[in-house]
Amino acid sequence: MEKIKCENCNRDIDSEVFLLNLKVCPFCNHHHVIGAMERLQITVDDNSFVEIGKNVSSIDFLNFFDVKSYSIRLKEARLSTGLSEAIIAGEARIEGIGLAIGIMDFGFMGGSMGSVVGERIRILANHSIEKHIPLVIFCASGGARMQEGTVSLMQMAKTVSSINRVKENGIPYISVITNPTSGGVSASFATLADIIIAEPNSLFCFAGPRVIKQTIKKNPPPDFGMAERNLKNGQVDMIVNRNDLKGVLANILRLFK
Amino acid sequence: MDFKRMAEIPKNYLKEILGALSKLEKLKKIPFFSGIHFRDAERDLNQKIKSYKKIERDAGRAWKVVELSRNEGRPQCYDYINGIFDNFISLSGDRLGGEDKSIIAGLGKVNGKTVAVIGHNKGRDIQERVEYNFGMGTPEGYRKSQRVMRLADRFGFPIITFIDTPGAYPDVEAEDKGQAGAIAKSISLMFEVNIPLISILIGEGGSGGALALAVGNEVAMLANSTYSVISSEGCAAILWKSPTGIKLAAKSLRLTSKDLIRLKVIDRIIPEPFGGAQNAPERMVKIVKKYIVNTLDKYSRFSKEKIKSDRAEKFESMGFFNS
Repeated sequence: MEKIKCENCNRDIDSEVFLLNLKVCPFCNHHHVIGAMERLQITVDDNSFVEIGKNVSSIDFLNFFDVKSYSIRLKEARLSTGLSEAIIAGEARIEGIGLAIGIMDFGFMGGSMGSVVGERIRILANHSIEKHIPLVIFCASGGARMQEGTVSLMQMAKTVSSINRVKENGIPYISVITNPTSGGVSASFATLADIIIAEPNSLFCFAGPRVIKQTIKKNPPPDFGMAERNLKNGQVDMIVNRNDLKGVLANILRLFK
Repeated sequence: MDFKRMAEIPKNYLKEILGALSKLEKLKKIPFFSGIHFRDAERDLNQKIKSYKKIERDAGRAWKVVELSRNEGRPQCYDYINGIFDNFISLSGDRLGGEDKSIIAGLGKVNGKTVAVIGHNKGRDIQERVEYNFGMGTPEGYRKSQRVMRLADRFGFPIITFIDTPGAYPDVEAEDKGQAGAIAKSISLMFEVNIPLISILIGEGGSGGALALAVGNEVAMLANSTYSVISSEGCAAILWKSPTGIKLAAKSLRLTSKDLIRLKVIDRIIPEPFGGAQNAPERMVKIVKKYIVNTLDKYSRFSKEKIKSDRAEKFESMGFFNS
């Protein structure tokens, strides 16, 4: 049988066991990154998802070129992930309860937030207000998308404004922090949720460990930015294993019903 | 949108192209070859040199703005406060256990009207810079700013913010205290207040730490200030993976006032004295004062509801995409 190496404890895991365990290491409980489609599949009720905002797509409006053009990077990301952007948004049900759900994908240009992520979150927020259903966003992002310059920074303000309207309308908003969530996403809609859930061993910070290391000229503590440290510091409400996440979300949604 | 393509600049392009040109010269000397092909090839190569040179020039120009925006002689937040507001009182502390000197917050009067003033404090000499942490805010600073914004909102005082920061302070303590949440909350609060909020980028507008004070009804940039999602140095390190990309990054990130007004990220460019604000700091302060007085006057005619909804609509419509 094919084996997969846990990226944390380095032990071999049967690929079948790995997948059945939702890409969580059965030995050390390390939660490996999963894509937005897989996340959707394990989170919402079968056949309940209807995508919205799909036709909103990225353009290279700055003609950004570093060592590769932004257009090429977008094409590559679309091919490698099968997604149209770094977030999928839509309406779905969890244990029968309707919700507006957004799921980010770190595989799509590091889950970076550009104009499309911002716009899809705005559309998702509007949908949750229109239908008066709770909003849940799974976050995974390295931050703002540099290839869209300062316009990507503005998506922080844009998403915050959209989220504010959701809250003003008396709708609960829950964010789920998955590994990694940092930069512009963590300093905007991710941290403004009524309830913040983190997956085990997920990195959740504004400045990443590399940047911190440059500033303080030494290695940050090994648990820097990790869910467990964030829980201790009061930055998240709870840490929930991937296997339990659907049930916990359903319980929370029921409390607000 | 009509942003010119930034073509790739190969390393050592001059050497390569000059090599190709001299090869052409040699080929030309061989009898029986028609000259037409040579001329085309020659033109292409020369064109290439020209376009690479142009990109380098543009990148150099953008970099010059970055350097100007960081110039130590530029007026800083305190200079504007001293030159513009009467009876200014500085307020300290976030009431949650901390005080951050890198962000100034207080109340003062301009044109007879009380306003709240909040801004990044960079400091001038090295001693000051260390004391003020180079204008890099911590959660305590953003929370102090939130406290003063709420106070202003309660009494209907407009808020003026001065932005001048390399970015939020990246260290372990700031992160442990919730840097991300503090910035997010500041942004959120600026959408909640019912009073006019005017944001002026006076120097460096570094990423989330800048945005945390910059959700203005009107966002203005001094002509030689910058506003960027990441520093040119940081961007070059990530995308170019080498420091040679710093100037190219400065150009590519479109962080100048001229680019950002076209992208509708900012609403106004405030002109600077010839050569930059550092050449005539007092005049710069006067120009900014005039801008503040005029803009406050404009917003005094708007209703609370309109002020709040206009601000949200402006930011929620930002971005470029196909749909």
